[in-house]
Amino acid sequence: MKIHEYQAKEQLRPFGLPIPRGQVAATAVEAEAAARMLGGQVVVKAQIHAGGRGKGGGVKLASGATEARAMAEKILGMTLVTHQTGPEGRLVRQVLVEETLPIARELYLGAVVDRVSGKPVMMVSASGGMEIEEVAAKDPNAILREPFDADRGLQPYQARRLAFGLKLPAAAINPAVQAMLALARAFVALDASLAEINPLVLTQDDKIVALDAKLNIDDNALYRHPELKALRDIHEEAPLEVEASRYSLNYIKLDGNVACMVNGAGLAMATMDIIQYAGGSPANFLDVGGGASQEQVRHAFEILLKDPNVKAVLINIFGGILRCDTLANGVVEAARAVDLKVPLVIRMEGTNVEQGREVLRASGLPITVAGSMKEAAENVVAAAGGGRR
Amino acid sequence: MSILVNKKTRVLVQGITGREGSFHARMCREYGTHIVAGVTPGKGGTTHEGTPVFDTVAEAVAATGADATMIFVPPPFAADAILEAAAAELPLVVCITEGIPVLDMARVAAVLKGGKSRLIGPNCPGIITPGECKMGIMPGHIHRPGKVGIVSRSGTLTYEAVHQLTLLGIGQSTAIGIGGDPIVGTSHLDAVRMFNEDPGTEAIVMIGEIGGSAEEAAAAFIREHVKKPVVGFIAGQTAPPGRRMGHAGAIISGGQGTAKEKMEAMRAAGIHVCVSPAEIGATVASVMGAKAAKGN
Repeated sequence: MKIHEYQAKEQLRPFGLPIPRGQVAATAVEAEAAARMLGGQVVVKAQIHAGGRGKGGGVKLASGATEARAMAEKILGMTLVTHQTGPEGRLVRQVLVEETLPIARELYLGAVVDRVSGKPVMMVSASGGMEIEEVAAKDPNAILREPFDADRGLQPYQARRLAFGLKLPAAAINPAVQAMLALARAFVALDASLAEINPLVLTQDDKIVALDAKLNIDDNALYRHPELKALRDIHEEAPLEVEASRYSLNYIKLDGNVACMVNGAGLAMATMDIIQYAGGSPANFLDVGGGASQEQVRHAFEILLKDPNVKAVLINIFGGILRCDTLANGVVEAARAVDLKVPLVIRMEGTNVEQGREVLRASGLPITVAGSMKEAAENVVAAAGGGRR
Repeated sequence: MSILVNKKTRVLVQGITGREGSFHARMCREYGTHIVAGVTPGKGGTTHEGTPVFDTVAEAVAATGADATMIFVPPPFAADAILEAAAAELPLVVCITEGIPVLDMARVAAVLKGGKSRLIGPNCPGIITPGECKMGIMPGHIHRPGKVGIVSRSGTLTYEAVHQLTLLGIGQSTAIGIGGDPIVGTSHLDAVRMFNEDPGTEAIVMIGEIGGSAEEAAAAFIREHVKKPVVGFIAGQTAPPGRRMGHAGAIISGGQGTAKEKMEAMRAAGIHVCVSPAEIGATVASVMGAKAAKGN
């Protein structure tokens, strides 16, 4: 789960990470008051769940309260487009107003769980402001890493190694070490899947401050963090994805016109792939899970059809725990309820497949039953109006 | 022949009295698996559908000689269940549970390192040696004993591959679903290495998906050490970057972990890579046919 920058900073501050003074504002008037309280020059930052806000015009400097108000008026309510939002952009509903600092150097500090070693790892680079992936692609040696044990935490000697590796001035070594130890503690305590301070700045008076903060929380750990779960902002998610999550369905909207419903994430991805292979373009990813109920199948079907781009639907189910007859009943019920207007192709295999096919046949609905994945994909792509290639 | 499980495997089920554990223990027993014990804390001394239930794994192992465990414990308690199995030194631990926090798995991985237990999963369908032992939630009837080893991160996509093979009359030595989480106990590489050493396995199917670099690591090993034909597929060729595709581990981040990269690494290692998931069975048939024709 992603949270906003201002929320991430609020979460990280109690662990001892130095954060600029600031305040979140939902109106220009609030932004003005925040700037007055902070005094002097401030920065007004759009709060959306995407990076690249500065380039998109979502981050502005203001010399004082009046200008801060004007900047907030511009940013609030704008649809901010960045390389991470997609062309549709995101509506800005809040801004963070913060003090500005005399920056000497911009660094990168981040923590993730490394899949290869199976451990959390603290990473630093001297190229603050650049995306870490970009740094990794250009010069992997420019990133210093220290894997650490989740229970023992990052050790001071490890943080020192990173701090000296950044060639910080002597007076900033200890503050940098403390910042790294704080981030490592927060990473573990908050069950983060990603904690990124980019940039972490060295000020002209040798202070270390987290200028930006990005914190993703492990969805699987939210059950033990009700306070973090409350930070979810559904405005940042696609409406159909929010609806799907309500029924424990895993739905991701894409931009093609062949909708698909599949059980299991791997088969769902493979089904998207075979739609493309057949010359079509998938409209979504949808995993109904291993043990979907008739009701979930119905909701899933309704969600698929709410996407106006959809020209045809492919249902691909390999029945294991989810029996084919259960699926067929759910689909027939849903197809009747929604007055299905687009072609539907179903491919079923596995447990109770004959009973399932019989349910579909007996329904009298115009459903094409395909024998294999290949046949199903070719049928549905043809039904959607053929390939786009 | 097979890897890890066979007709002698004596299986313990952690969480046997729960809904999932109970159902799948029954399915496995009906398949022919020796389900010798169950563990549910607080229900020790009872029996569940004829299987003796114990309070702890250690007691269950001492009393029944179980040498493998299948875990159906809910996510908040699953890491502890794995650790309990490892403390009892069970050689094989299969964790089916989906949704375990990744830092819990980081702690588990640290304990398992250098220990006596091999973990498969979590968030996986389990492992099956057709006709001998099913430890997991896969539909048993689609499998057929034979000589193709299968390793995959996914559940239903593995069933799809198995089904294609069985329809073509090609049986499987062992099929393992290693799980879709970022940290898993057994990697593609581990499974490929075991299949390579198993005299009963003549060809290997490796199914991967976007995210991480486990497929690349296995490909590097295959290039150096594996003479048996390997057929591969990577799911998620059309997946958008930055989105988690169902599995916690299936995400392309910062251009890393794309299907394209993985497929290239696999091709470079001499793996027969299928672009379409519908071609897995036919590709295996053709490489095995070619192998037979060469007289190997």
